[in-house]
Amino acid sequence: MTEPPPPQVRLHAEGLRLGYDDTIVVDGLDLDVLDGTITAVIGPNGCGKSTLLRALGRLLRPHAGRVLLDGAEIRRRPTREVARVLGILPQSPQAPDGLTVADLVARGRHPTQHWYQQWSSDDEAAVDEALRLTGILDLAERGVDELSGGQRQRAWLSMALAQGTDLLLLDEPTTFLDLAHQVDVLDLIERLHTELGRTVVMVLHDLNLAARYAGRLVVMREGRIVAQGPPSEVITERLLAEVFDLEARVITDPVAGTPLVIPVGSKHRTEGSPVPVV
Amino acid sequence: MTTPTTATPPAAAAVAAGPPETGARRRRRAVGLLVLLAALAAAVVASVTVGTNPLSPGTVWQALTSTAGPEADVIVHEIRLPRTLLGLLAGAALGLAGTLMQGHTRNPLGDPGLLGVTHGAALAVVLCIALLGVTDLLGLAWFGFAGAALAAVAVYLVGSTRGRGPTPLSLALAGTAVSWLTYSLVSAIVLMDQQTMESFRFWRVGSLVGRDPAILPQMLPFLLVGVVLALANGPALNALALGDDVARSLGHRVGRARVVGLLAITLLTGVTVGACGPIAFVGLIVPHLARGITGADYRWLLPYSALLGAALLVAADVIGRVVAPPGELQVGIVLAIIGAPFFIALVRRRRLVRL
Repeated sequence: MTEPPPPQVRLHAEGLRLGYDDTIVVDGLDLDVLDGTITAVIGPNGCGKSTLLRALGRLLRPHAGRVLLDGAEIRRRPTREVARVLGILPQSPQAPDGLTVADLVARGRHPTQHWYQQWSSDDEAAVDEALRLTGILDLAERGVDELSGGQRQRAWLSMALAQGTDLLLLDEPTTFLDLAHQVDVLDLIERLHTELGRTVVMVLHDLNLAARYAGRLVVMREGRIVAQGPPSEVITERLLAEVFDLEARVITDPVAGTPLVIPVGSKHRTEGSPVPVV
Repeated sequence: MTTPTTATPPAAAAVAAGPPETGARRRRRAVGLLVLLAALAAAVVASVTVGTNPLSPGTVWQALTSTAGPEADVIVHEIRLPRTLLGLLAGAALGLAGTLMQGHTRNPLGDPGLLGVTHGAALAVVLCIALLGVTDLLGLAWFGFAGAALAAVAVYLVGSTRGRGPTPLSLALAGTAVSWLTYSLVSAIVLMDQQTMESFRFWRVGSLVGRDPAILPQMLPFLLVGVVLALANGPALNALALGDDVARSLGHRVGRARVVGLLAITLLTGVTVGACGPIAFVGLIVPHLARGITGADYRWLLPYSALLGAALLVAADVIGRVVAPPGELQVGIVLAIIGAPFFIALVRRRRLVRL
């Protein structure tokens, strides 16, 4: 009889205009991020994906519009309080030399610490748990600068996890990783979602991985959202042509059942005719 | 769907590593602290005993507690003690300021002078001599401090763009620009006016000697505020070392942290440059040495830098008294002479750290 409550909106953006100095990158953008979902933001280079993510994570002040976190304007809430709810990992961050993995992850605990208590057993447990989740507990005492790309990415993810927020914004968490490590990191993100109920918004480049791991896709072009919804509805040959200027076929991923994009490329293009629809 | 809950490999479970502290690092910090304190004590003892008029530690103690004869009393109370205290304060201030500067610019070659304070102070001193005819060092110290503060504000404003505070890079660029501008103005004035040159000469060589002891109590409140701000800046610097965006995402107020840090640098360096003249290399070397003891954690790095800076400056001052008898070599020159090769070795031993 009782209907399930409508999914809660965690992040709500309205009328966002974003940019750097005089260049406007995003204009008139509205977006809702629902609780307990994985959302992937995709779009061609320079379409404003990262800019949007930075604004959602209050790293960038909007020229116009606003972002609400759990119903309250994010820029008006104390930044430390926001940091206990929302974690954001920028694209390819850099750690200083000599910093150990454990040190890096421990710095994720700052939002819950006080000047009179720099370290507690809760912090200890959270750092251990974060390292265990990403499978790098054995690297805790290694320098971040000695790690391989995949390990380093896990170390930074651990830092964001140690922050203990149930909302995570990740800017290209798979950059510079080979395919196996990309899948590892995305599997981890999926586990955070299914096992711990975390809400994730991530910017991804790989359309196929985005379609496979995200429950919801947000497609951007030139600073606007041109489509959003479940991958099976969003990823179409027409959309790929319009948004990415990409001639491609879309078939069903034989493993996951999600859409799979197969680019045509000039060598296989049939002269004069559009892409033959199967 | 199966959920892989046993993700921890057995090898990892066997590691009982207790982040973030390990025994080895704690031991290194403890041993480092003891060595530092011993070095500091040795430098202080040497500083009150060694000189053209050598005194035994016993005589110095006598002079401090009661009297050791008119001559020894004067040497201890009016020369050696103020000089040592000035060295301790200036060294600690420059060590702290150097670590702050390297942290805020994320630049391993960062130096307190990068904020424009050294040349800003020099310009104020030169203008003061040329236009107002002030030549006593106590008066010049305060004009120097004012010039340092103005230069720091100028660097901050030049480095800030459109309501956003400065970034590590814009700060370094603005600092270099303001430094060169003030430096060329100083050169121009000094070239045109021989009399100013004569007075400026004495200020320009960084030295702990020949300064008015009355400067000490006047410096203290400023240095105290600077030290408190510097130490309070540690946690924020730890986050800023991961980049401005990460620091913000962890709930740090980046703009405020930077203002606190730059204010501390300005107070610490400005007062020191005003009182002793420009002393290079302490702020550059100390953070690297201290980092070798404490690792990258600024909450430890900052206090260790203060101790190390104090020990290094006092030791260099003592060396300056013995290498060129019967005269003395100013501490600024000694530091540059021993500092340069030392720094080259540091750079060659390990590739320059990324901050």
